[in-house]
Amino acid sequence: MKHMDVSAIKDGSVIDHIDSKSTLKVADILNIQNEEQVVLVGVNLTSKFLGKKGIIKIGGKIIDQQEVNKIALIAPNASVNIIKDYEVVKKFKIAVPDVIEGIVKCFNPNCVSNHHAAGTKFHVINKNPIKLRCHYCERVMNSKDIVLT
Amino acid sequence: MVSFKQRDIISIRHFNREELLYILELTKRMEQSSFSDLLKGKVLASLFFEPSTRTRLSFESAMKRLGGMVIGFAESGVTSVAKGESLRDSVKIIEGYCDILLLRHYLEGSAQLAADVVTVPVINAGDGANQHPTQTFLDLYTIQKTKGALEGLTVGFLGDLKHGRTVHSLAYALSYFDAEMFFISPSSLRMPADCMEELQNRNVKCHETESLTGISKQLDVIYCTRIQKERFADAVEFEKVSGTYRLNKAMLEDIGIKKDLKILHPLPRVDEMDESLDNTDYAVYFNQARNGIPVRKALLAAVLGVIE
Repeated sequence: MKHMDVSAIKDGSVIDHIDSKSTLKVADILNIQNEEQVVLVGVNLTSKFLGKKGIIKIGGKIIDQQEVNKIALIAPNASVNIIKDYEVVKKFKIAVPDVIEGIVKCFNPNCVSNHHAAGTKFHVINKNPIKLRCHYCERVMNSKDIVLT
Repeated sequence: MVSFKQRDIISIRHFNREELLYILELTKRMEQSSFSDLLKGKVLASLFFEPSTRTRLSFESAMKRLGGMVIGFAESGVTSVAKGESLRDSVKIIEGYCDILLLRHYLEGSAQLAADVVTVPVINAGDGANQHPTQTFLDLYTIQKTKGALEGLTVGFLGDLKHGRTVHSLAYALSYFDAEMFFISPSSLRMPADCMEELQNRNVKCHETESLTGISKQLDVIYCTRIQKERFADAVEFEKVSGTYRLNKAMLEDIGIKKDLKILHPLPRVDEMDESLDNTDYAVYFNQARNGIPVRKALLAAVLGVIE
C-alpha cells in the first residue's frame, strides 16, 4: 500500500513540488490562516527532482489565476492538482507568465510606480531563476528582491 | 521597413540596430537641408518637471526650425502639479493641446507611464537616473560623424558610471556595433551589475578598471562624464570621489593616446575635463551638443510621420 506523508483531501487544491524553503511563503500567498476547511502543509518531503519539496493541500478551495501567478514567482517548479471526490480532475505545472501585472512591488524607491498609482508591471526576462524588468523604471529584480503586493 | 510614425521614444532598449541607423541617416539629411516648413501647424508640448538647458532648448529650437510651435513649462512650480495634480492627469489634459509630448521628470519610468496613458507620441527627455534616449542618438551620431563609422570601435567610459544614464544607454546602443568597452571609474561608482550582465549577455568585450593608464593607447573614443553631486545622499561620499579624474592635454599625451582619439562629454562639465583640451582635435563635446539640433529634428519629423 502506498504510504502518504500528507493525507489526501476530498475536494480542493494541492500545490506540489514547491521548493521546500518556499513552502511557507506559498502558504502566505494562499492566505491559509483564513481557510475554514482542512489545510495540510508538508515540508522537507523527499522529491526525486528537488531533493526536498514542500506540499500544500487546501480543502474546498480552487486556487485562482492571480494566486497561480504569485506562486510562479516564489516556486517556479510547482504543480497544481485540482481534486474532486478524491480524484485529480485537473493537473498543471505552474507557468511563469511573460508579463506580471499588479502583484509585485518595484524595489526602486524612485520608480514612478511607487508614487503615481501607476499599477505595477514587469517583463519576465528569465523564468528560472526569476528575473523581472520593471516596465517603468527598467530596473532588474532577482527573486530575492521580489516583494508581493 | 523602418517607421517611427507615432512611436514613443522612451528607452534606447526599444530600438534595434536598423532603427538606430535609420535615425542617424535621417539626422544627416537634416544637416544637409533646412526642411523649414516640415512641421508647420504641429505643436510640441515641452514638459520639464526638472531643470534642463541643452535638452529643452535644443528640442524647442529643433521644433521651431522645422516650422512647428512649442508650448510648455520649464519648471513644475507654475503648473497644476503644484496644486497636487497627478502626472497621469497632467499629461492626459495636455495631450489635448499638442501633437507630440516631450517629458522630463525626476521619477524613473515617468515617460513610460505618460506613454501608456496618452495617445500622442511621447519623447523621454530624461526620467531620473533611468533613460535619456535622445542623448544617446546624438552621442551615436557624434561618434559616427567624427570616427567615420560606428563598427568595431574601442570606447572608454570614464567617471560616474553608476549614476550616468547616458553611459548605460550608449553602452547598450554600441553593443549593436561590435564595440569593445572599458569602464573606468572609482570602485564606488562602477557600472551597475545588471548593466554589465546585460552587456556580457550580448557578447560585448567589457573591462572594468580604475585608471586610464595602461589602456589609453587602445581607445578610439573616451566618453567622459561628470561625477553627479545631486545623486549622492551623503556629501562625505561625494567628497571621496570628487575630482578623481581630471583630463588635460598634457596628461593624456603623457600616458599615450591615439592621434585620432575623440573625447565626448554629455555636459555640463565641472572639473573632469580641463579647458586645455577645448581647442584640440580630440575634443568633440561642443559639436556633440550642437548635434542635438539635427538629431532632435530627425526624431520629431520621424515620430510625427512627415518624413520617410
